[in-house]
Amino acid sequence: MLTIENLTYAFEDNRPIFQNISIDVKAGEFVSVIGASGSGKSTLFKLITGLLDPDQGEIKINGNNSGSRLGKVGYMPQKDLLLSWRSVLENVLLPLEVSKKKSQLKIPEIREWLTRFGLAEVEKAYPDELSGGMRQRVAFLRTIMTGKDILLLDEPFGALDSLTKRNMHSWLLGLWGELQKTVLFITHDLEEAILLSDRIYLLGQETSREIKVSLPRPRKKELIYQSEFVTMRKELERLIQNEN
Amino acid sequence: MKINWKKWLGDYGLFLLASILILSGWEWIVRKGMIPSFILPSPSAIWLSLIENLQLLLAEHLPATLKEVLIGFGISLAGGLLVGVGMHFSRALEKVLYPFLVISQTIPMIAISPIFIMWFGYTIWSKIAVTILIAIFPIVVSTYDGLKTGGKEYKELLLTMGATRWTIFKKIQLPMALPSILSGLKMSVVYCVVGATIGEWLGASVGLGYFSRRMSGNLQADAVFAAIFLLSLMGIVLFLLISFIEKQLLKNIIRN
Repeated sequence: MLTIENLTYAFEDNRPIFQNISIDVKAGEFVSVIGASGSGKSTLFKLITGLLDPDQGEIKINGNNSGSRLGKVGYMPQKDLLLSWRSVLENVLLPLEVSKKKSQLKIPEIREWLTRFGLAEVEKAYPDELSGGMRQRVAFLRTIMTGKDILLLDEPFGALDSLTKRNMHSWLLGLWGELQKTVLFITHDLEEAILLSDRIYLLGQETSREIKVSLPRPRKKELIYQSEFVTMRKELERLIQNEN
Repeated sequence: MKINWKKWLGDYGLFLLASILILSGWEWIVRKGMIPSFILPSPSAIWLSLIENLQLLLAEHLPATLKEVLIGFGISLAGGLLVGVGMHFSRALEKVLYPFLVISQTIPMIAISPIFIMWFGYTIWSKIAVTILIAIFPIVVSTYDGLKTGGKEYKELLLTMGATRWTIFKKIQLPMALPSILSGLKMSVVYCVVGATIGEWLGASVGLGYFSRRMSGNLQADAVFAAIFLLSLMGIVLFLLISFIEKQLLKNIIRN
């Protein structure tokens, strides 16, 4: 679905922030990218979305590497970037307006989504009236409304407090089965990565290392207390230590 | 709509008190004969002169000036927005126009205005030209700067949705520039009154500026002040009008 081959990128006059990165995401997978801050995670996303172009290597979306990548994937940046002058519903409609689809036709469907995201009651509210968790859910729904099959989520829960984060995890795990999307997820939270992902890529300077998470789905948030989970987490921590 | 007097008094009470004190002091000084009334007329004399000339001022001079201000502001608004947006979209246009705009503001208005009289004669257009020259600058700058601030992150987000430059302009940059543009308009509308008055001082047969100049020639300081009072009132009313429009437009952009 999304294939990245031998990707190298450097900002002007600097040494590459990563070299020869290869990542492969299959349809319906939830894949996380972990790396220390400054390892170029966000840059990787900008390359995939087409905001930046790679120095070397290829990025294929649905097997296709020709033409502009802009508008091919759903991108959720670190900050929610909700428009303060638009209500929740209007914010969610933004991608449809941009792609010039008849947004009115979709309203009943969008209402369904809002309900599924627990946002039905705040449909007419403005972003400043929402809690942090709600804002992230609106931003996530907006990303889904792009209608793209691949979603790139850049630390979507990074700014939330740990309790809200937990709730968002269990909410997302519950939703995952019916979502039918492919997700590439940036985080520096190991627990989050293991809990949510099918596979994890450790992003280092020279290489990217792949780790499979073989925990069965559907998962619950209580999983984090089970011994398999803890072992996995220890292993991951060791690998990261080695990288550095 | 019910006015909340307590709040109103809290907002404007001190200003009101200071005004009353200043006016009383002023009246007292002039009445005591410390300053001759042809140099500084007392507030009551200004008021009487205003009443006396009211018919003439309101029927003839005020509408003439107001017309110049409104036409000048209208053209400045359309032109200013056009140039500001144009400079936003074209770097070449920005590089060409920005220095000219700055230079246009360094020209002493009083010095260049006689040239406008030469070009446009004593018609309304000479005053409008002066008005536009003063009033267009804040609109262009506030539009251009306002559009520049529209966050890069939002722009990138819309790009990833496949948005065109025009869509980004419409959905993100314009709404984000609106507060800045409206601040520019508030400044500009006040400058319009100044511009029209300068234009009239230099050559006119009607208008509050013309009236105050004629009265100043006759050493009727009270009538000069009466005209100035009306001009200032006009500026305030226009300013409040834009402020009101601003509040309506920005209700949802700047919340709280």
